Amino acid sequence: MTFIWNNLKQELIKDESHIIHHNSSLEQNPSNTNGTEGSCLLRRMEICVSEAEKRSGRNAVSMQETFTVYLLETRSMEAIAEGLNPPPDCLWRRYSEFELLRNYLIVTYPYIVVPPLPEKRAEFVWHKLSADNMDPDFVERRRIGLENFLLRVASHPVLSNEEMLYHFLTKEHGWKEMVFETGFQAKADSRLRALNATFRVRSPHKRLVEMKHYSDGLQSHTSQLLRARTVSYTNGPTVCMCLCSEWSAIEKEMGDGLQSAGHHMDAYATSIDDILEEEEHYADQLKEYLSYAEALRAVCRKHELSQFELEMASQDLVSKKQQREELATGMVRTFSLKGMTNKLFGQEAPEQREAKLNLLEELIAEGEEAVKEKTAECQEHAVKAWADILRFKDQKDKDLLEALISYALMQISMCKKGIQVWSNARECFLKM
Amino acid sequence: MSVGVPRGLASSGQKLITEILHPLSAAEEPMSPGPDVTAGADQEKQEPGLTNGAPVEISSPSSASVLLSRLQLDDELEADDQDPYGSTEARDLFVTVDDPKKHVSTMETYITYRVSTKTTRIEFDLPEYSVRRRYQDFDWLRTKLEDSQPTHLIPPLPEKFVMKGVVDRFSEEFVETRMKALDKFLKRVADHPVLSFNPHLNAFLTAKDLNKRQGLALLTKVGESVKHVAGGYKLRARPAEFCAMGEYLDTFSQKLGTIDRIAQRILKEQSEYLTELREYGAVYSSWAGSEEQLQRPLEGVAGCVTTSCGALEDLSDNMSQDFLPVLREYVLYIESMKNVLRKRDQVQAEYEGRLEAAVLRKQEDRTPIPVEVEKCQDKVECFNADLKADWERWQRNKRQDFKQLLTGMADKNINYYEKCQDAWESLITLLQEKQTEDKTSETN
Repeated sequence: MTFIWNNLKQELIKDESHIIHHNSSLEQNPSNTNGTEGSCLLRRMEICVSEAEKRSGRNAVSMQETFTVYLLETRSMEAIAEGLNPPPDCLWRRYSEFELLRNYLIVTYPYIVVPPLPEKRAEFVWHKLSADNMDPDFVERRRIGLENFLLRVASHPVLSNEEMLYHFLTKEHGWKEMVFETGFQAKADSRLRALNATFRVRSPHKRLVEMKHYSDGLQSHTSQLLRARTVSYTNGPTVCMCLCSEWSAIEKEMGDGLQSAGHHMDAYATSIDDILEEEEHYADQLKEYLSYAEALRAVCRKHELSQFELEMASQDLVSKKQQREELATGMVRTFSLKGMTNKLFGQEAPEQREAKLNLLEELIAEGEEAVKEKTAECQEHAVKAWADILRFKDQKDKDLLEALISYALMQISMCKKGIQVWSNARECFLKM
Repeated sequence: MSVGVPRGLASSGQKLITEILHPLSAAEEPMSPGPDVTAGADQEKQEPGLTNGAPVEISSPSSASVLLSRLQLDDELEADDQDPYGSTEARDLFVTVDDPKKHVSTMETYITYRVSTKTTRIEFDLPEYSVRRRYQDFDWLRTKLEDSQPTHLIPPLPEKFVMKGVVDRFSEEFVETRMKALDKFLKRVADHPVLSFNPHLNAFLTAKDLNKRQGLALLTKVGESVKHVAGGYKLRARPAEFCAMGEYLDTFSQKLGTIDRIAQRILKEQSEYLTELREYGAVYSSWAGSEEQLQRPLEGVAGCVTTSCGALEDLSDNMSQDFLPVLREYVLYIESMKNVLRKRDQVQAEYEGRLEAAVLRKQEDRTPIPVEVEKCQDKVECFNADLKADWERWQRNKRQDFKQLLTGMADKNINYYEKCQDAWESLITLLQEKQTEDKTSETN
C-alpha cells in the first residue's frame, strides 16, 4: 500500500502544478492562492467558539421556538503577535448556520473531504448522557465540536481561502443572504438527486473505488465501537460497597473496618467520573471520523457521478456521429426507426436532409466541446480529490493514533484507581 | 495446614529429623503410603477402578513425628495471621482433606478423598494416619457429633444434594469446591476443644472401614441422656444473651441472603459484560485489517482488550468458586446453630417444668425436690456454658473467615487491575514510540 501512495504522490505533484493555473469554473474565489500553507486563514486569525446561550424567537412559520446560539470570537494573529492583546470580534451563530456553511462548501468543493459538524441529535449515548438537545452537557460538547469544525476548515489548504468562510466569521447579518445569492442551492439539489440515483459506471476509477470501500469500512468500524454500551468495568467496587454497607450495620467488631472500606468505595465512584469524561471525549473523536468517513465516501461518489455523466455525454456524441454518417452516406448501419421509415415511405427531400445534417453538425460540435470539458472536469476532480484524500489520510492516521494513545492512558488511569481503592479497602479489612 | 516436606533442624544433631527412625518402626521410608494409594497418587486424578474406600494406614517413626509436629507447630504459630484456625493453644491434632479420586463400581460412581492426620494425642494409637473417605462418611460423622454433643455448635458440611441435571458432580470445579469445604469442616472439628476428642472423630480418622451400622453403641451413652428431653414443656423466658444470639443469627442470615443475591447479580453482569467486551475487541481487530499505518496500533488495542477479558474471567471464576461457597457455608452454619439454640430452650423448658411441678408437690406434701430436677439444672447450666463458649469461638472464627474472604476478594481485584494495567502500559510504549517516529519522519 505504501508503494502505491508514494508513486501517486509523485504523479500528483506533477499534475497539481498544471492545474493550479487552470481556470476552473468550480473555483469561485478569484483571489485564490490555494495550495500554500502560508496563506492559511488560521495563521492569520485566532478563532474560538467560546459560549452557548439559549434564545427564543419566532421561526420561519411564525412559531415560538427555543434554540441555542454560539458565540464566535475572532482576533487578528498579527495584533496578538505584536502584544496588543486586542478584544475579540464576536458574533452569534446557530447550528443551522454552520450547517449552511458546510453544505455550501460541500457543493462548491466536491473533491474535498469536508470536515464534519458535531452530530445534530445525540445518537450514540454512553453513560449518563441524555438524548436531549437542550442538555447542558450535550450543548457543551457541541460547542467544542463546532469550534473544532471551524479550526479544521480554517487550516485546510483549499477551504481556508473560501470567501464565504471569511464572511461567516466576520459578518453577522446578511451572511445567509450572501450565501443564497451564490445559487449553490440549485446545484446542491440537482446533485443530490443525481447522487441518490443508482447508476453504473463503465470504467470506474480504480483507486477511488478502493477508497469508497475503505470509507465504508471506516464507517462500519467506528459506528460499531460507538454502539458498544459499556466500555469500562466499574462494577467491582460496587459489589464491595453493597457488601460493606450490608455488613457494617450488624457487626460490632467488624463495623469500623467495613465502614471505612465503604467510604473508599464512594470516593472511587466519584473519581471515576473524570475518567468517564475522557471516555466521552474518545467517543467524540470516533464520531468525528465516522462523519469524516461519510464525507470521504461522498467525494468518491461525486467522481463516479462525473464519470457517469462523461460516459453519457460520450455515448451521446457517438450516436450523433453515427446519425450524421447515416444521413451523409444514406447507408443504414444499424437497425433504426429512421432506416425503417425510409424503406417504407422513401427518403426525404435533399433540402430537408441538408437542414438536418447542419443541425447535427452543430450538435456534434457542441457535444465534442461538452465531452472535452467533462473529461477535463473529471480528471481534475480525480487529481484534486486524490490530493485531498492523501492529506486526509495523514491527518486521520495522526489523529486516531493520538486518540488511541489517550484511550490507553485512560485505561491505565482506571486501573491505577482500581488498584488504589482495593488496596485501601484491603487495609481496612486487615484491621478488622 | 500442610503435609509438606519438613525442614530439617541443624541443631538436632548429625542426622536430619526425617532420617531418625523409631526403633519400633517397620517402614524404611518415612511417610510412604500404602500400595493402593501410591498407584493412584502418581496417575491422574480421576482414576477409576481403585479398591473402593479402602483406607490405608501409615506407620512412621513416632519420635521423629513428635519433633515433626512441634516443628509444624512453630510454623503454624508464625503463620498465624494467614491461618484462621491457628490459636494460642498448643495444637496437637492436624487434619487435611485432599487428593480426590473417582471410584466406579457396578452400583454407583462416587468420589473419595484422602484424610490425613498427624497427632501426638494419646487417644490415638499412632501418630499418623491416612484414610480414604467419601461424602457419606463425613455426613455420618456430623450426625454422630450432633447426636453425641448436642450442646455444641457443629460446623456445617457442604450441601448434600445436587441437582443431577444442573451440576456435574464429577467436574473438577465441583469436586475442588466440595473438597475445600470438607477440609474446612474437619479442621474446625479438630480445632474444637471438646469435639476433637469425640470418639466418633477418632474412628473417622483412623478406622480402616467405618462400620456405620454398628454405630459404636457404647460411645453414644453421653448423648443419650440429653436426647431424652421430654417434649411438651414450654419455655418461659429465654435468657437475654441467648435472645441476642437468636436475633443476631436471624439478621445475619438475612444479610447473607442479600449478599448472595447481589453477588449472583454481579456475576451475571460480569458475564454479559465479558461477551460485549469480546465483541468490542474483535471490532478493533477487524478495523486493523483495513488500515495501513494504524494496523499495529489497532491490533495492539485489540490485544489489550483480550487480556482484560481473560483477567475478568479469572475474577468471575474466583467469585463463584471461593466467595459464594463461603457465604453458603455460613448460611448452613446458622441453620444448625439455630437448632442448637432450640435444643437449649427445650432443656431449659424441661428443667423449669419439672422444677415447678416439684415445688408444687413440696408445698403440698413436703416431698423434697427430687435429684432428677437438680440433674436437669446441671444440664441447663452445662448447655449454657458450652453454648456460650462455642458462640465466642464461632464469632472469632467467623471474623477470621470473613476477614480472609474480603481480603482475598481485594487481592483478586487488585490482581485483575494489575494485569490490565500491564497490558495497556506495554501498548502505550509502542504507540508513543510510533508517534515520535512519525513526527521525525514528517519533519525530514
